[in-house]
Amino acid sequence: MAEAAQSPGDPGTSPKPLFAGLSEIAISRDIPIEGEITIPVRSRIREFDNSTLNESVRNTIMRDLKSVGKKFMHVLYPRKSSTLLRDWDLWGPLILCVALALMLQRGSADNEKDGGPQFAEVFVIVWFGAVTITLNSKLLGGNISFFQSLCVLGYCILPLTVAMLICRLVLLAEQGPINFMVRLFVVIVMFAWSVIASTAFLADSQPPNRRALAVYPVFLFYFVISWMILTFTP
Amino acid sequence: MAAADELAFHEFEEATNLLAETPDAATTSKSDQVTPQGHVAVAMGSSGSYGAEEEEEVEEEGGDKAALLQEKPQPGFWTFGYYQSFFDVDTWQVLDRIKGSLLPRPGHNFVRHRLRNRPDLYGPFWICATLAFVLAVTGNLTLVLAQRRDPSIHYSPQFHKVTVAGITIYCYAWLVPLALWGFLRWRKAVRERVGPYTFLETVCVYGYSLFVFIPTVVLWLIPVPWLQWMLGALALALSAAGLVFTLWPVVREDSRLAAAALLSTVVLLHTLLAMGCKLYFFQPLPPQQVAVPPHATALGVNTLLPATPARATATS
Repeated sequence: MAEAAQSPGDPGTSPKPLFAGLSEIAISRDIPIEGEITIPVRSRIREFDNSTLNESVRNTIMRDLKSVGKKFMHVLYPRKSSTLLRDWDLWGPLILCVALALMLQRGSADNEKDGGPQFAEVFVIVWFGAVTITLNSKLLGGNISFFQSLCVLGYCILPLTVAMLICRLVLLAEQGPINFMVRLFVVIVMFAWSVIASTAFLADSQPPNRRALAVYPVFLFYFVISWMILTFTP
Repeated sequence: MAAADELAFHEFEEATNLLAETPDAATTSKSDQVTPQGHVAVAMGSSGSYGAEEEEEVEEEGGDKAALLQEKPQPGFWTFGYYQSFFDVDTWQVLDRIKGSLLPRPGHNFVRHRLRNRPDLYGPFWICATLAFVLAVTGNLTLVLAQRRDPSIHYSPQFHKVTVAGITIYCYAWLVPLALWGFLRWRKAVRERVGPYTFLETVCVYGYSLFVFIPTVVLWLIPVPWLQWMLGALALALSAAGLVFTLWPVVREDSRLAAAALLSTVVLLHTLLAMGCKLYFFQPLPPQQVAVPPHATALGVNTLLPATPARATATS
């Protein structure tokens, strides 16, 4: 019955009928045709669950912290996993950005004009840079959502924050060219790590002939942050 | 009864392939919304009804022509799809346009030959961003290198230079094309044959012409003054030549005075930008510190300024 409607008018071409195998399937009432459709965005099941209202604050915070920590691990060991994209959150990027901006503060003894980036400048660069890159990637035709992209870009600042920490520790030692070479090496390695991690997550969402166009702003973004870290002097 | 796969939806790949091969053809691509009507005028060079078309009225007149030329009406400027049409470029296209701006040839109009009347906003925006950051970074690096030669200079990362660089470059690359576009449209009455460029094409021309300054700025790290000026002159010549060759067909029919004035203003503004960048970002010694011109640093003369402010650090 299903095949009659699709009989080809030209016997020479013989295209395959669309519903060829359908007639062989017998749908019995034993096969359950129900299930859970998981939406590939932020999982909302938690919010509708009454029991989370009654749990202690500690549980709530620990759950969120564990989620953030899990994503940190995904950034440090970038594999093709979709955890960052599926359960996006912006806590991690906020923590990282605040940590980075605080560590980039110098003593206020210097003249403001001659100083390194202020807290607000770091914040603006990180967040507006991430927003600009996200808009760019969406305008180029990428199929990633706005907040997913912000999440990935923010989380991939983690290696650079680690680099900042290491640089601050190294700067406690005496200054000199060796000091600078160590810092340079660390920053370069972490910069490469950040770019590779974010590319691993973001590159798949772009059409293949525009991937370089979408990745280059990410490169520029992390380059600017690395430069801010490298030129930090206490 | 028709075959099932004839009724199935086919992707119109053939159309996009054809469009890529012959981009001058009247386009049927849904992404090419803004350009076709106005640039049928430029490409055909015909006067009359097409030549009298205004680019702003594209959106109203586009209704009739859209039915003929395109399948979809043009999205309004408040929709995301409108802006997406300006980013409809591939990697090789951007690289091709950059190459075209680096090597201007007389008679090869950048808009006609490289852009093929399909401007994009990706190139201008990110070239300006790159140039602003590269200026700031190399400006700081120059200070660092100057400090290593002459340890009495106090180095501090001058982050405000990023802000200054960004504002300058973006204002130049967007306001000057706006003024140029306005001027060309004002003079449109004099010309009959060739329509002016749209605002986006002018922005594109300026944006891509700034690309040559990126490697120049990096090479300005080399602390040899005559080399720096020579590189700057070379970059300026390439960039201004690109602009002039692009603008020449449009001003050619204008009166001699207007054409000469316009071209010389364009070149002058470009020169001012290049020199301003060189002098502001690559002045290795800010005046509050020991202000020594770069070529005298090697002599170790650092007592020229009689009255330095109190925050001058330890001089030898």
